[in-house]
Formats: sequence, structure tokens, C-alpha cells
Amino acid sequence: MSTLAESPSIPTAKELVPVPRGGRRRWTYFVLPIYSSAVFLYLLIPISVMVLYSFNQSHSALPQLTFKWQGATTQWYREWNGIPGLGEAFFLSIKLALLSTLVSAVLGTLLALALVRYRFRGKRVSEQVLFTNIAAPEIVLGASLLGFFITLNVDRGFSTLLIAHVMFCVAYVTITVRSRLSGFDPMLEQAAQDLGATPWVTFRKVTLPLIFPGILAGALLAFVLSIDDFVTSNFVSGKTITFPLWVYGAVKVGIPPQVFVLGTSIFLAGLVIAILNLIFQGRERSTTPAAEG
Amino acid sequence: MEQHVRADLRGVEPERRHNRLGRTLSPYLLGGPAILWLVVFFLVPLVTMLSLSIQTCDTFTLACKLTWHFGEFPDVISKFGDTFVRSFIYAGAATFATLVVSFPVAYWIAFRAKRKNFFLLLLLLPFFVSFVIRTTAWQFLLSDQGIVLGTLKDHHLLPQSFHVLATGWAVIAGLAYNYLPFTALPLYVALERIDRHVLEASHDLYANRRVAFTRVVLPLSIPGIFAAFLLTFVPASGDYVNAAILGGTNNLMIGNIIQNRFLLLPDYPAASALSVILMVMMLVGIALYSKVLGSRTIEEYV
Repeated sequence: MSTLAESPSIPTAKELVPVPRGGRRRWTYFVLPIYSSAVFLYLLIPISVMVLYSFNQSHSALPQLTFKWQGATTQWYREWNGIPGLGEAFFLSIKLALLSTLVSAVLGTLLALALVRYRFRGKRVSEQVLFTNIAAPEIVLGASLLGFFITLNVDRGFSTLLIAHVMFCVAYVTITVRSRLSGFDPMLEQAAQDLGATPWVTFRKVTLPLIFPGILAGALLAFVLSIDDFVTSNFVSGKTITFPLWVYGAVKVGIPPQVFVLGTSIFLAGLVIAILNLIFQGRERSTTPAAEG
Repeated sequence: MEQHVRADLRGVEPERRHNRLGRTLSPYLLGGPAILWLVVFFLVPLVTMLSLSIQTCDTFTLACKLTWHFGEFPDVISKFGDTFVRSFIYAGAATFATLVVSFPVAYWIAFRAKRKNFFLLLLLLPFFVSFVIRTTAWQFLLSDQGIVLGTLKDHHLLPQSFHVLATGWAVIAGLAYNYLPFTALPLYVALERIDRHVLEASHDLYANRRVAFTRVVLPLSIPGIFAAFLLTFVPASGDYVNAAILGGTNNLMIGNIIQNRFLLLPDYPAASALSVILMVMMLVGIALYSKVLGSRTIEEYV
């Protein structure tokens, strides 16, 4: 109100337009985009280091990443499996990520369906459990799970890793699928049933195709979380070694260039899938204008 | 009205009654498996950890017995109090830095950028590279004779003894880098949600752009700022990878201690007590949030 009292004069048209469109722009208009680009570049720094140095030559007997640029080579890409243990750890991580993605995508989607469609006793509590699970520091998740396994005298290995990965992925999948489901029109299912479809046919022909993009996004998130996980895995892995665990173990003695090769390939695979997802979403939006961003 | 229709249908189609039973049971059948998984492998372990922190363990056989020994808590606080303080200082500094750095970016994407999804993807790019590899790359970049410090030293712009690695600054920088997306995304969600009509209204009421920002945009983004703080500060204060790779041996955080006590020199009660303290602090943070800003809102930011 005070601003109104202070400026009794009628503002000119120029003052009223918040962002001048077209024509000459004040230099301040460019501050934000330039600043944002700088931040994006900053985010890309370590990624570029990884990609660049995966091509660096090394002349020592035991190939290690050195900061000195010694010339480009694709040698490490050809010899990506040349380090004993690294390839095994890499494939173990992929297998683990695929399995935990599958399990958490199924469980998470079902829970999301329950949360969106139904009112039931315990719904509020379930939502709080999901939230606490996401907000809890990872070290607490890992440490408490290890304490649990120790108490029960369970041997740590692949199965405990799988249990842990599903445990921290399922809440993320649920929340991702739920946010996509909330724009879903339940009348479509009723229409299908009115037309004589059995519940199973309705689910397969109507519900599933409509919520599939949401499930895909949730599964993608689960895969990324699982393949990247270090903290929780470190607690429950026992003697099993995943890719991030292997890299962490190698930091103190020196990282072979193959680590950056595998890191680069994971990065590229993720990038391709994400871009495809973006294009897919864009196309979907253009056909259904009411779709949620 | 609906009741009436349903009663009618019940007469015509007896199988609808079966459907009603299905409606009460099906949420439990659908959600049951996931909730069961979370209860058994998330909630029960938290309780186990709580009980482990008041147990006494044999140093050699590691067999633990519940002795209701609460002394572990004052013990670890007096022993690792300074580590706790250090963790919170590092995490707090990193969170503050990411808030300051990412707010303008989130603002720009929410209010000005054309291809929002593309820029959000750019923000998420670091997640496609393993956390450990990202941190290693920073170690690589910040090393004493590395590309930055080495070059500056060669030109005598820095003394030879200058180093960044193995200092608290390196840990803070690593944390700030690794958790930036966790801060930027909730900020973006909050800013994106601001009703543009409110902004227009403020302009109609003669607010210039600075006043519109400080009196409209900033207050409306406070839940997002708080959520970003929580989602960055909590994991950052429990982080130990940055401290281990970038911080050398003198800048350990509480996560390093927990990890050591659990995996290297097993002292389960102490490690559990430390984790319990961390978990309680997080719960207090969430409780404070829901007290001040309502319990529903924070879930919208994750």
C-alpha cells in the first residue's frame, strides 16, 4: 500500500512492462542467462575431465590417470576390460541395477496406484514413511540396515545389496509414478468397463498404456540411483564389489584410465535415454495439450 | 444421489457387492508389498539401530547384548563433538553456497527460459556420472600440481606451498558441487508454482521489479528454500565420500566416523549412537518444517 501512496503519478507505459520484448534490451537482461550458463558449465567441469582423460595416453607400466596430457589414444576403450576385477564389478553393478529397477518399478507403481486411487486406513502413514525414507541421510539407511543384518546374522552379498537398493529406490519410483498418475482420468477406465472389458483387460489396454511414461521415468530414476550408489552399498556389500565401490577402493592407489572409460559409457547411455525421454515427452505434450509438465 | 444409484445397481447386479469388498481390500493388496518392504528393511532396521546403540558388545566376539546402557550417547558426544560441529559447519557452508549459486538459475529456468525441460536435464547431468567418479575428478582438478593450482603456481601467482586438497575448503566445494541439483530442483518447483497473475497484480499496484521480487517472489519461494535447505543439508552432513577423497585425514566428518566404527574397527554401539543422533536431527528438521509450513507441502518438493 505504501508504494501506492509514494507514487501518485500515473506510471508511463514503459514502467508497466516488466520485460521489454524485442527491440533494444538493457544489459541487465543478459545477466541471468549468462550467469546460468556459467553454472551449467561449472556442473559440466568434472564430466568433461572424465571424458577427456579417458583418452589420455599413459606410458607407465601400471596405467594410471595422470594429470599431464600425454596425447590422445583410444587404447583404454579397446582395453576397457584389461583391469582384473573392474569388468566384473561393472557387470555386477549393471545386473544389480536392472534387478532392483525391475522390483522397485513393480512395487512402486502398485503403491502409487493404491495411493492415488483409494482412500484407506494407513494412507497418511504410508506417505510419511515414503517421505522419511527419501529424506533420511543415506548413511543412516546403510548403517541401520547393516546393524539389522548383523543382528540377524545374515551374510552380506548380492542379495543384501538387492534388498538395500530396492529399499531406497521404491519410494522414488512411487513418488514419480504418483505425480504422473494424478492427472489421470478414472472415467476412462469406467468407460472401458462399461464397454465390457474385464478388470485385467482394462488395466492392460487402458491404464497401463496411459501411465507407462510415468513408470518409465520412475524406472529410469531407480536405475540411475542404483548404479551410482556408493554409501548404502558400502555398508551392506560384504565382500561383493560394485563399480562405485571398486572405484572408491582404487582412489588411494591410483585410478586406471578404464574407470573413466566405463564412467563415460554410463554417462553417454544415460544421456541418450534422457534425450529420448525428453523427445518422447515433447511429442506426447503436443498431442495432449492438457498433459502435466 | 450416488447412494441411491448404487443401491439400485446392487439389486440388478449382485457382483457389484463383491466389487465393494474389492475396493476396501485392493489398496492393501496393491500397496502392501512396497510398504512391507519399507517396513522390514527401513523402519525395523531403524529400531534395530536404536536398540544397538544401548547394547554392549564383546570386543572380540562382537556378540552384543541389550544392557540398556545409555552411556554411549554422552560418550560419543564428548568424543566426537568437534567432528559433529565440523560436519554441520561444512554442510551448512555448502548448503548456503548452493542456495546462493542455484537460486538465480532456478529463477531463470522458471521465469525466463524457453526450453525448461532441457535446462532441467542440464542441471541433472552430474547424476549420470557416478558420485565417486565426480568427486575423484575434483580431486584431480584441485590437486597441488593440477591444471588450476599448477598453472597459477608456474606463473608465481600462488606460493608453492599453497594447497586446496586436504583442507575444509575442498570438502565444502565438493559437497556444494555434488548437492547442487538437490538444491536447485526444489527451488525451481517453488518458483515455477508461483501464480503469474500475482506478479502481474503487483505490477498493477505499481511495484517495480525489485519490489515485486522482494515482496512477492521471495516470500512465495520460502517453502522451496526451506525444502532445498533440508534436502541438501541433511544428506551433506551425513556425507563421508567428499571428506574421504578431498579432505585428507584432518577434516573428517561424522559420516567417516560412523563408517569406520561400523566397517573397520567394529564398535557397533558407538556407530549406532552416532547414526541415531543424525537421524533424530533430521526428524527434528522435518517436524520444524511441517510445524511452520504445513506437512503436505514438503512432500511436493521431492
